[in-house]
Amino acid sequence: MQRRAIFNNRFLPYLLLAPQIIITIIFFFWPASQAIYQSLLRQDPFGLRTTFIYFENFQEVLSDPLYLEAFQVTIVFSISVTVFVMALALLFAVMADRQIRGARAYKALLLWPYALAPAVAAVLWVFIFHPSIGIIGKALNNAGVPWDYKLNGAEALLLVVIASSWKQIAHNFLFFLAGLQSVPIAVVEAAMIDGASAWKLFRSILFPLISPTTFYLLTVNLVFAFFDTFGVIHSLTDGGPGRSTTTLMYKVYTDGYVNLNLGQSAAQSVILMVIVTGLVWLQFRFVEGKVHYS
Amino acid sequence: MIIAKQFRNLPIHLTLIVAIIVFAFPVYLALIGSTWDAGTIGRGQMPLVPGPNGLDNYLNALTTGQGGRVRGVAVQLLLWNSFQMAIVITFGKIVISILSAYAVAFFKFPLRTFFFWMIFITLMLPIEVRIAPTYKVMSDLNLINTFAGLTIPLMASATGTLLFRQFFLTIPDELVEAAKIDGAGPLRFFWSIAFPLSRTNIAALFVILFIYGWNQYLWPLLVTTGRDMETIVIGIVKMMGTGEAQTDWNIIMASTVFALLPPVAIVILMQQWFVKGLVQTEK
Repeated sequence: MQRRAIFNNRFLPYLLLAPQIIITIIFFFWPASQAIYQSLLRQDPFGLRTTFIYFENFQEVLSDPLYLEAFQVTIVFSISVTVFVMALALLFAVMADRQIRGARAYKALLLWPYALAPAVAAVLWVFIFHPSIGIIGKALNNAGVPWDYKLNGAEALLLVVIASSWKQIAHNFLFFLAGLQSVPIAVVEAAMIDGASAWKLFRSILFPLISPTTFYLLTVNLVFAFFDTFGVIHSLTDGGPGRSTTTLMYKVYTDGYVNLNLGQSAAQSVILMVIVTGLVWLQFRFVEGKVHYS
Repeated sequence: MIIAKQFRNLPIHLTLIVAIIVFAFPVYLALIGSTWDAGTIGRGQMPLVPGPNGLDNYLNALTTGQGGRVRGVAVQLLLWNSFQMAIVITFGKIVISILSAYAVAFFKFPLRTFFFWMIFITLMLPIEVRIAPTYKVMSDLNLINTFAGLTIPLMASATGTLLFRQFFLTIPDELVEAAKIDGAGPLRFFWSIAFPLSRTNIAALFVILFIYGWNQYLWPLLVTTGRDMETIVIGIVKMMGTGEAQTDWNIIMASTVFALLPPVAIVILMQQWFVKGLVQTEK
């Protein structure tokens, strides 16, 4: 989109753009190109010699069982978070959307967890699910269900999913509610006059009409699960026990920052960039009205 | 009829109330935990009602950040660090993005589309995907453990620019033309018209960005090594460590309450701005 009335000035626009462009080049493009460059190199352990090895790093990474394991963890983790978050958020939104008393208060009371840092959410949930001092963790153990997220991988993953989903449910709830409230009331009333049940109304009218929101949230949640949950995993499980909560993102961090395996970490970074690009592309396709019914 | 309708709504109210209670429960427990002593919590005997040690715990956390086992940093310092970081990122980001959006929306110049895409594409390069090379750039520039290194890289991102550009494009051409006829140059137009008209957008963005800055985790973890630069979020995670039962959970929970209070208060008190900002920055 372009406006008709514009100013003419030869230098001013560049001056206005300069701060953002300079920061972007130094802290975005330079490191990203370094990542691509390094992903094609191998450095000996002392950093004395560098060899160009084409796509060998990618080959190694993609055939590394540990990486494939992280891939699997990521898929299980992000699908769990996405499904869990969207199902609950949609349920709450449909309910709060009804013309009921106190709808505004409900909205306010379901929104605030969005403000929490993922790592702070993790600390709060540890306090609940700690095997010996947490109120639920202790109760589970007392009831004969062995619960220790520090020893059991599946339990660790479950706890990470819960801690990550909490704030994201608040976020999705807001967007679903906005989507539902933009459905014209006449459409809903017409369906009710035709005798549609609540379920039928939701399935045949509301759900199709909010499909742009749904697809948008799908990609947002996947990006969130991939990247923004780093704080939860780092503070809660450190990727363990074993490697049961090591996602792709967490592995880039441990390989590159902790173990200093630069070539392989760079190759992993490049793979992640491709994934993000794909997700952002999907998001814009859908937002641009691919799934519109109006 | 009315009564019947009220009863039909009962399951809805119940579900929503249960959801609210579940949502609030972790914070409630943190509030309770912050009022007992470490021993009671460590034995797994914490009741569900407030205890007698609240004031001590909060004062202790605020001024020392230390308990019998926890060797943390005083929470007042952590809060101050987080506040500085969040506020500088917020202001920096708003200033940088409103300027670049103004350039893209109101000027025609060579390479304009190129620059716009350059900003736009950063959406695909979150810090998480390029940790090691970014760290290397930071250490080459001697920015590790500096306040500039902590804040400046987080100031540039596409969201603010996209939002302001979107808004600037809705300013009617007639208004721009009228201003030009009255002799206003681009800077005058910005100060007297474009900037004041952006007030609500700025307010909405401010709320979102402050929370974004306050909640940063990975970046401060990489860039700061000295404890005097620790933020409250990192400080709490360090206090918790591996989460032993026998640690000063009372101090940790008091600190956690301090950490979540500012962003939660902002969301509740400025809910309208928050909702507006959230919907706008993402769409």
